[in-house]
Amino acid sequence: MRGGHRHGRGDFIERLLRGLLGAIEHAADAERLSAGPGLLQRMDPRIKILGLLSLIVTAVFVKSLLALGALFAVALGLALWSNVSLARLGGQVWLGVLLFTGVLAAPAPFLVPGEVLARLPLLNWTITWQGLRSAAFLIGRAETAATFALLVILTTPWPHVLKALRSLGVPVVVIAILGMTHRYIFLLLSSAVQMFEAHRSRLMGPLKGSDRRRLTAASAVVLLDKALRLSSEVHLAMVARGYRGEVHLVDDFRTRISDWIALAGFLTIAAAAAGVQ
Amino acid sequence: MIDEGVLPGPPLAFELADVHYSYQDVPALEGLSLRIPPGQRIALLGANGSGKSTLLRLLDALCFPDRGEVLAFGEALSEERLRDDDFAYAFRRRVGLVFQNPDVQLFSPTVFDELAFGPLQLGWGSEEVRRRVDATLAEFSIEGLRHRAPHRLSGGEKKRVALASVLITEPQILLLDEPTASLDPHSQSEVVRLLNGFRGGGRTVVTATHHLDVVPEIADYCFVLQGGHLAAEGRPAEILANEGLLRSSQLLHSHWHVHADGLAHAHYHLHHTGGVDEGGAH
Repeated sequence: MRGGHRHGRGDFIERLLRGLLGAIEHAADAERLSAGPGLLQRMDPRIKILGLLSLIVTAVFVKSLLALGALFAVALGLALWSNVSLARLGGQVWLGVLLFTGVLAAPAPFLVPGEVLARLPLLNWTITWQGLRSAAFLIGRAETAATFALLVILTTPWPHVLKALRSLGVPVVVIAILGMTHRYIFLLLSSAVQMFEAHRSRLMGPLKGSDRRRLTAASAVVLLDKALRLSSEVHLAMVARGYRGEVHLVDDFRTRISDWIALAGFLTIAAAAAGVQ
Repeated sequence: MIDEGVLPGPPLAFELADVHYSYQDVPALEGLSLRIPPGQRIALLGANGSGKSTLLRLLDALCFPDRGEVLAFGEALSEERLRDDDFAYAFRRRVGLVFQNPDVQLFSPTVFDELAFGPLQLGWGSEEVRRRVDATLAEFSIEGLRHRAPHRLSGGEKKRVALASVLITEPQILLLDEPTASLDPHSQSEVVRLLNGFRGGGRTVVTATHHLDVVPEIADYCFVLQGGHLAAEGRPAEILANEGLLRSSQLLHSHWHVHADGLAHAHYHLHHTGGVDEGGAH
């Protein structure tokens, strides 16, 4: 009985803590990856953002599944040359995007009129070739675009992303909001870890389902408030040291010939993919 | 480099006139007036909630009074004034604040980036920033932490990095919020040594604290706050000798005592009878 109690309470808070710590570790790992060696890591962040953005836009508007598949293959190649493992992409992007867009795309094969490929037994719903194509486009576009976007984030230290966006003309207020949001997420995570550790240290018995729900709801409110306050304090600490929204780095970006070649490569691929009907 | 000529150099570093400040409806400072001359080491004494941290934030122009006026170098601090880039840069170059909670202050991925943050915001060149960071890391004996993530350091290390990250720009005025709070005795004395010794000292230092034992080492003059009011001011020896004032300000507890050399503090010590006791008169 007691063992069961321990197990029950451990399940709930341990699971929460494991998830939160996992997210923090995951972020630290991504930071290491962005500072490590690799094809995209070596590139001028501005060129990288422009090049991959052109591929994202092409992936969204491309009219051929073959071209979309080719773009996805390019994303895979870039990931492997940049030491980003397929397992990481699978866990961080593909699965989540598949679940989300899968729900949106699921009705398409049944609702889009066209050439009938098959019928569902019992329900007698028809699956059309055009419907399947629409669903494949939706999922493929989302997966490809998200993979390129994640490659930017995983291969570029966050301050460099902000500085690159700023130098590409993104307004200061947007950069400040992005910076604050990034810090807020980490403060929220570390506050959550501390709070649930404190909860765990004070729990004397098992929690019933209703208590768990109450604890989770109350904790969420307190956590958001705490993290928001802490985030404001961090912002004040930055202002106190001269921060005015601009991002400054010790190393200025340098665009080398290899960067221009890479940009030309990205734009050529984008143009070729867009041209395929 | 930023032109500091935007701010003139009058005799007073700060002047507060009838300053009121509230957090929503809760008053933090009520009618506070005081003057801080340049080059002075000031201690702001008071219990938790007496308004010390709020006062430091007002002095650093991170918030502004509901009523009354705060002057820095003879110029009134206001939101409008701080919107002027030249004034803001010149002010931030001259005034540095070390927050009580180092976790708030340390937001960069590495200790190197943390120290480089302030100088970069103030427009220093990359080479100059690198040179200053190297020198400051050495002065604070934290070269070994250069590539470490600040949030993974010990409490004493975090405090050192927080101090170094502000002192690297050599502000003329240093505002410190409880610099020795939650530090072990060794780290406390290290922090005091660094504060007094960094590049010859000589700057205006305003330290908010309720640790009476460090006051004689870090201050030439004290202001005592009680519930957002100025309760008293004077030399450390006068203030620390005023037991009634310290008790009413909740700065004393039953183990407090004064040694023959005038050092006021509370600690564990052996009585002549042998047993270990918590304080008591010598």
